[in-house]
Amino acid sequence: MPIDKSMNVLIVDDYKTMLRIIRNLLKQIEFNNVEEASDGAEALSKLRSGNYGLVISDWNMAPMTGLQLLQEVRADGRLKQTPFIMITAESKTENVVAAKAAGVSNYIVKPFNAETLKDKIEKVLGHA
Amino acid sequence: MPDQHARRDVLLAERLAEIRANRPETDTELVAEVVRAVLTTMSGDLTVHDTALLLEVEELGRTIANAKLEIAALKVDDITGSHIPFATDELDAIVAHTATATDAILESCETLDAVAGTVSGETADKLQDATTRIYEACSFQDITGQRITKVVTTLKTIEEKVARNIATFGHKTAALPSLPAVVLTPEEELLNGPQLPRQAMDQTDIDKLMSSFD
Repeated sequence: MPIDKSMNVLIVDDYKTMLRIIRNLLKQIEFNNVEEASDGAEALSKLRSGNYGLVISDWNMAPMTGLQLLQEVRADGRLKQTPFIMITAESKTENVVAAKAAGVSNYIVKPFNAETLKDKIEKVLGHA
Repeated sequence: MPDQHARRDVLLAERLAEIRANRPETDTELVAEVVRAVLTTMSGDLTVHDTALLLEVEELGRTIANAKLEIAALKVDDITGSHIPFATDELDAIVAHTATATDAILESCETLDAVAGTVSGETADKLQDATTRIYEACSFQDITGQRITKVVTTLKTIEEKVARNIATFGHKTAALPSLPAVVLTPEEELLNGPQLPRQAMDQTDIDKLMSSFD
């Protein structure tokens, strides 16, 4: 099934530079409808008021972390099926296990490359 | 020890002179004999164990006094007042400079990306490939920023501990209240930031781990 690249994608990171990098990499693979949030709370607010086909989020943010955002998304009746990719520098086993337990769709460790991002998006949206 | 004995002898002599002045009729030899008898009695009451304990206490006192002198010689005020704030300011400046430089690189890269959209074929592919590599490389700023934040946090912890030691050893007049034990929530325990390469899982390890849940 072809991936609908016109969907809205929400990217969440407290580093503006990282938001800019991910936005540009998404643009290169033809995802042009990209919105940004700088922490979990702002992202949750946008998700509840909008319509997004994919969330790509950092973990280490305040006041709401990426893991808490993921838990909120999975607990929300309307949002719980939204594909959610974690992109983070947290690379310990317990982090991956916790994210998986919370319902993450895929996990990318920073620093990452464009090929990995593309591959994970295709896997996640292919299974969505 | 010889100094202490000498000081005690002087004190004793002074005290005897004082008694002699107040009570000229007092036999000083008698007083000295009484004092000696009292001291001898006291020493006689001490067991070997008590003596060893006293020596230990005396040694401990000497160690504390030496530690105080060594800490004073460290110029600890320089550490908390100058060295650590200087180091953290420098690290903050590094983060700010790299962020500015990264933004400039990204801006140029976006211009190149726009140019790539106006051409076609192999040229467009080469341009896009180059800009992709630049975007990937620019993510260093996020990782270095997180690493530097960890270092700054460590420096601030050291600064706090040094300040507390100064207060404990009486270098400052007011002692600081003891720090409450840091209790991390399960959520906070998962916030470790980037790991050193030899300790980190790479993407292949993470992919294997993720697959193991399926």
